[in-house]
Parts: sequence; C-alpha cells; structure tokens
Amino acid sequence: MSCCAAGTESAAELEALKSEGPSAEEIWLSSRPLGDGMRQVDLIVPGVHCGACIALLERELPRTPGVDHARVNLSTRRVSVVFENKAGAGSAAPISGSHAETVLTALAEKFKALGYPAHLPGGGEEGADPAFRELLKALAVAGFASMNVMLLSVSVWSGADDTTRDLFHWISALIAAPALAYSGRIFFRSAWDALSHGHANMDVPISLGVILAYAMSLYETITHGEHAYFDASVTLLFFLLAGRTLDHMMREKARSAVRNLVRLSPRGAMVIRDDGSRDYLALDEIEPGMRLAIAPGDRIPVDGRVVSGRSDMDFAVVNGESAPLPVETGSLTPAGTLNLTGSLVLEATKSARNSFLAEMVSMMEAAESGRAGYRRIADRASAIYAPVVHLLALGTFAGWMMATGDWRMAMMTAVAVLIITCPCALGLAVPVVQVVAAGRLFENGIMVKDGSAMERLAQTDHVVFDKTGTLTRGRPQLVNAAAVAPENLAIAARIARASRHPLSQALASHDTAGELMPDFDIIETPGEGVEAISPEGEVYRLGRAMFALDGHNQGLDQAADASQVILSKNGVFMDVFLFSDQLRRGAIQAVARLAALGLDAEILSGDREAPVRALAGELGLASYVAGVRPRGKVDRLKALAEAGGKPLMVGDGLNDAPALSAAHVSMAPASAADVGRMAADFVFLHDSLEAVPLAIEVSRKAGSLIRQNFALAILYNCIAVPAAVLGHATPLIAALAMSSSSVIVVLNSLRLRRKTRIEHFARGAVSRITPALPGEARAESSLRTSA
Amino acid sequence: MNTLIFLIPIALLLGALGLAAFLWSMKSGQYDDLEGAAWRILDDGDDKPEQD
Repeated sequence: MSCCAAGTESAAELEALKSEGPSAEEIWLSSRPLGDGMRQVDLIVPGVHCGACIALLERELPRTPGVDHARVNLSTRRVSVVFENKAGAGSAAPISGSHAETVLTALAEKFKALGYPAHLPGGGEEGADPAFRELLKALAVAGFASMNVMLLSVSVWSGADDTTRDLFHWISALIAAPALAYSGRIFFRSAWDALSHGHANMDVPISLGVILAYAMSLYETITHGEHAYFDASVTLLFFLLAGRTLDHMMREKARSAVRNLVRLSPRGAMVIRDDGSRDYLALDEIEPGMRLAIAPGDRIPVDGRVVSGRSDMDFAVVNGESAPLPVETGSLTPAGTLNLTGSLVLEATKSARNSFLAEMVSMMEAAESGRAGYRRIADRASAIYAPVVHLLALGTFAGWMMATGDWRMAMMTAVAVLIITCPCALGLAVPVVQVVAAGRLFENGIMVKDGSAMERLAQTDHVVFDKTGTLTRGRPQLVNAAAVAPENLAIAARIARASRHPLSQALASHDTAGELMPDFDIIETPGEGVEAISPEGEVYRLGRAMFALDGHNQGLDQAADASQVILSKNGVFMDVFLFSDQLRRGAIQAVARLAALGLDAEILSGDREAPVRALAGELGLASYVAGVRPRGKVDRLKALAEAGGKPLMVGDGLNDAPALSAAHVSMAPASAADVGRMAADFVFLHDSLEAVPLAIEVSRKAGSLIRQNFALAILYNCIAVPAAVLGHATPLIAALAMSSSSVIVVLNSLRLRRKTRIEHFARGAVSRITPALPGEARAESSLRTSA
Repeated sequence: MNTLIFLIPIALLLGALGLAAFLWSMKSGQYDDLEGAAWRILDDGDDKPEQD
C-alpha cells in the first residue's frame, strides 16, 4: 500500500489500480542486457511522490529473489530495476521456464503488492533530454563568460587608461571567443538552417548581431580603439539562452509527465500454435489468422474475432461508454478493448499495423498536421521583427557612410543598433509569462503541454464536451441503496466482491464486512452474472434478469435507462439494484462559468440519445449530439472550425483522441485513456471540471501579459533605437538598456503570480483534498495522476 | 597594475573552476533527479521498524 494514498482514493479505485501492470513477458521484452548476466528495465511508477515511497521501493524491490537493485528517479517517476538473467543470458528468445521468468513474475507481483502500479514506458520516449542538457551547458558557459567580461568592462568604463584598457579588451576577447563559439552555436545552427531554407527567423539577427559585435570589437581592440562590445555580445547570449532554457524546461516537464502515463497497447500476446504450444510473441510478430489466448483483465492486442469462450468486454475505446458489453463466439474485438470477466481465444483478423488502434493513430496524425499550421505569437513577432531590425541596421550603416564617409564609424553605429534592438526582451517576453502561467496552472492541478497551447486556449470561443468520463465520472454508482433492503444489499455486495465486472465493483464498495463469505461456492458466468451456493444449498444469483430469474425476466430488462443487476435466491426475485453515472464534480459550476466567460458549450457523445438529452438538460446546455463515432467527432470539430470557430475539446476516452487532436485546443482529465492524455494539450489532475474555466482564464491573462511585454519591448525600442541610430549609444548605454529592458519584461511577467492567487477555485480545490502544506499539494497531484 | 597580472588570472581560474565543477556535476547525473535528492537527504538509512 502506498504510504500517502490512504484516504485520498476510495478502496475500489485502489483495487482498480492494483489490477493493472505489466506481465513478466512484457517486462522481458522491454528490458536490456547490461552484461555480466544482468538486465535492466525502466518502469514508470506514477504513484511515487515522496521520500517514503523512494525508501520503500528501494528497500523492498531488491528483496525479490534475483533482483539486484532498484533505483527511483522521483523527477521522472521512473524506477530502474536491475535483475539477474542466469538462464537466458545472451539469448534474445522469449523466456520459457527460465530463471528470469520467475524473477520477473515475482517483480510484477511485488509492485502490485506494494500498491505502486508500474507501467512500461511507451515507445520512443527513452532516456534523459539531451537538448535540455545542451542548453544548460551553453547557459553555464555564457553565464561564466558574461560575468567575467562584464567585470573587466566595468573597469574600462570607470576610466582605465590606454594600456590597461587594451589589456582588458584583449582578455575580454579571449574569454568571449570560446564562449561565443560554444554557447552561440545553438543560435548559429538555427539561423543557418533558416537561411539555407530561404527565410529569416529570430536567430538570424541574434547571430548576426553577436558575430558582428565580436568582430567589430576585435578590430577596435587591435587598432587600440576606445569602445568594445564584448560584454554586450556575451550578455545578450546569456539572456537569450535563459529565455530559451525556460521555454524548453516548461514544455518538457509537462510533456514528460504526460508521456509517462502512456500505456495502452500490450507489448505482445500469448499465441496458441497449431500443436497446442503457447508462445509469447511481440506485437509486430502477430499475423492475421493466429490464435491468441486472452485472459480476463487483458487488453486485446490486435483486431480479432472470438473463436471460443465468452466474456464481458469494455468497449470504451470505441464508444467511450464504461458499461461492458457481452461477447461470444463470432463477436469482433477491436484492438485496445479490455477483456473483463472470461478467458477468450481470438483469431487475429488484422496485423498490429492495420488494427483499430493503428487507424486511430493515423486519424490523429492527420489531425495534428492540420493544427501544425498554427503559428506561435513569438514566431509571428519575429517574422516582422527580424527584417525590420536588419533594414534598420543597414540603413544606419548607409546613412552614416553617406554623412561622414567613415566606414569604421558607420559600422560601429550599425552594430550598436543591432545590439540594442536585439530581441532580448522579445526572447524573454513569451517564455517567462508561459513558465509562470504553467506553474500557476500546475499548482491548480493542470498540466500544460506547450506554450502554444496556452495561446490557443486564450482564443477559444466554443467548448465541446464529451459525456462519459468527462462531464460524468465514468464509473457506475449504486443509486437506489436507500430503497433496497439492507440485508439484501449486504448479501449482494459480498457476492459481488468475487467479480471484476464494473457493476459488481460498484456494488462491492457497499460491503461493510470486508470479506468474502468463506463457505460460499462462487461461480462466475461471463456475460451473465455470478452464482453463489451457500453451505445450506441455497443458490443466490446476481446478474442479468434472464440469468438470475432462470429466464422469467418479468419485464425487468425493459427498464433501460439505468443499468441494473438482479439478486435472486433459488430463482426467486429478491431485489433489483440500479446504477447510473454521476456528474463529475464541478460540472455545473464549470458550465456556468464558461457561459459567464462568453463561451458556447455543447455535448458530443458516443452514448445513446436519452442519457445525453437528460444530461444536457441537467447542465442547461441547449445543444448536444448523441451517438457519434470517433470520426463523427472529428467531422463536427472540422465543421466548427470551418465556420470560423476555435473549438476547445474536452474529452477523456481513446475514442475522443482523434477529436482532441483535431480541435483547436484540447483538455483531458488525468483519468482519461492514455492516448487521450497524449492527444490533449492540457491534462487536469484534480477531479473537478472547474479546471476548464480556470485554465481559460489563466491563459487569457497570460495572453494579455504577453501583449504587454511586447508593448514594453516596442516602447523600449522606440526610445533606444533613435539614440543608437544617431550614434549616441556607447557600450555602457547599450549594455544598460539591453539588460534593463529584459529585467522589466521579467518583472511584468511575474505579476501573473499575484493576479491569479485569489482564484476561488484554487483555494477550494486544493484545501478540500490536502492540508495547507505546498509539498502535500504536489503529492496530491501526482497521486491523482495515477488514478 | 602589477597586482592585476596576478589577480586577473586568479579570478578567471576560480570562475573556470566553478564552471568546470558545474559541468562535471551535470555530466555525472547529479541534476537528473532534483526532487528525489531533496527527499533522499531526509532518509538517514538507519533501521526503522518495518512498515506495511
């Protein structure tokens, strides 16, 4: 049991968490050899969030025989486990009866027993972030160089005589050269890329300014000139790298957190050969026509048809509904659906590349490429800014040449113009605001994938909600608990504990005794219900009316609106239990606040008409569309976009994923299917739907602060540029002006912190679940992630 | 002026030492798990009663 989980998740939820996790075969397929007969596997464990979790996992996991050691990385929520591989050393063949298999089975069990659901990382997201390390190293070098050069420059400005000045200039040149080469290459590379493709980006004036400033200063130093700009060129790099590092940090942090939750498609499946032998094959090796054994609780790896067995399956992937549907011989099972109650044998009808999941992915990719046309504010600004700066510098050079004929003087002034207009403040204007806003949202349990998402969210004018799992909780709840006889409820709840069916689990949470009736003989019939025979020979049945009442359903199955379960004794009706979904917390308030913000809202659901209409009525939403398939949702969003709207999609299921990608901007709850979370721009970790209006408000404020920052930067340029063009900018003035404009922009961005502190949602949501400590609030968010 | 001949190299050397220390610590993975490090120092590794 995880240390801090008690009291924050209901027992049923924890139960559900524990049931998931990779199997020994899947761990094997994703582990890698270390040599010396050891192998290592990296697992994602979202439940890890404090020191006690680290200590517990690092102490308990090595107690599994065969496991050498485990190391927890709290920032990325990963655990690296190193284990022995005595039998299968050097062979890549799937394990069969080897030492490693027993180790891995024990390891998988250990994770479940400790209460930390572990998942395998999804494809293509391994390892640390090399780009971030490169930025950080470049920033450190630029910082070192700018400090030292600035120190020498201050001495020069305060009136060093000729020899000393030259000496200091030479030392500055020696420090600046390697720093520029090392730290500047990030900008040089990007500028070169842009130029070689025939367009200019923000990095072109930066690179040009820095290189020209250095070259000019070197020339000045050689000719014993008075002014050198070494300090300006390295300080400029330092500020710009700081902005770029912040930008990168924000995007990567939230993105990796979202990525870490990805786990959907199984790594492989148990294939039954014609001779009856069983092999665990990787997903790519499964061909159409192979027979697959699917155990209860497994996800279907590829599209298939049931050959034998019957079960209940969760088709939420296809229609977004959590209510399971019965399957039997001949039923089709799309990849990604979840087998709940019975063992099945499937015949694969498609390979993994062509399965339902693959089709969803291609739909999402198509939608993503449509959205890639969106241009970030910073890009648009730089598209205007870069040519203006160059023309201005060129004009200055030409003007001074004509006026004085002194090319050295003209060049110096042009360089001063390039430096003073260099987009230092502009480079910081967007990332600082976005980092602060993202931090603000993160404290309220909302993760942002990247900065452009906030810009897009600020523009949204129409909200589209999915129903099940988004507006509602997506988990059935017993609604008539007060109406049924308590002793019947007690019996039903105890029988229900034996089943993994969602309705059974909802019923089981009403069990007060907490134990199975020990002497009952319990048999589950997949697709029908549970039969329990007491020691006295009484036969209790819990399930469908047809099953519980031996075919005399007495018209009970017609009560269609709510899901129902019947309890019978020896075939005689005892009680009926009704289930329905509950509204997600904050749904009504969220819809009201969206209306107050001037946004339209509508429901787009894969469910039947009646429940959708009822829900729309309850929330006061006039427009809704029911019975929509994944492609229909995408079409609806496209229609909205074509009508000039910028829709925000809020959805959770895998069936919503293509729609989440297709929308202008999208949000998903942390309880969403993994692919849904991947596709969404925002993920909210708290339960309450009030996160939606909150995110919109913060994004709008961030948007207005960004515009203010641009206005400040432009105002600064209006004052500084004429001074530079007229040749009044000495190195001291240029350095001061540049730094102060950056500092002003940063200070302005920090106002976002203060402005949103009074959000009533923020106070309400955090204090409701956690004590006042900020650390605890963080722990809470990470815990919700695992839900 | 004469003192500068000693002081400037010393200042630069100290700065470079700091930079080298930072780059080394980053390369050896000491910034990989900042959150975990904050918690690990609280665990003094003595024998605690078994918790379940």
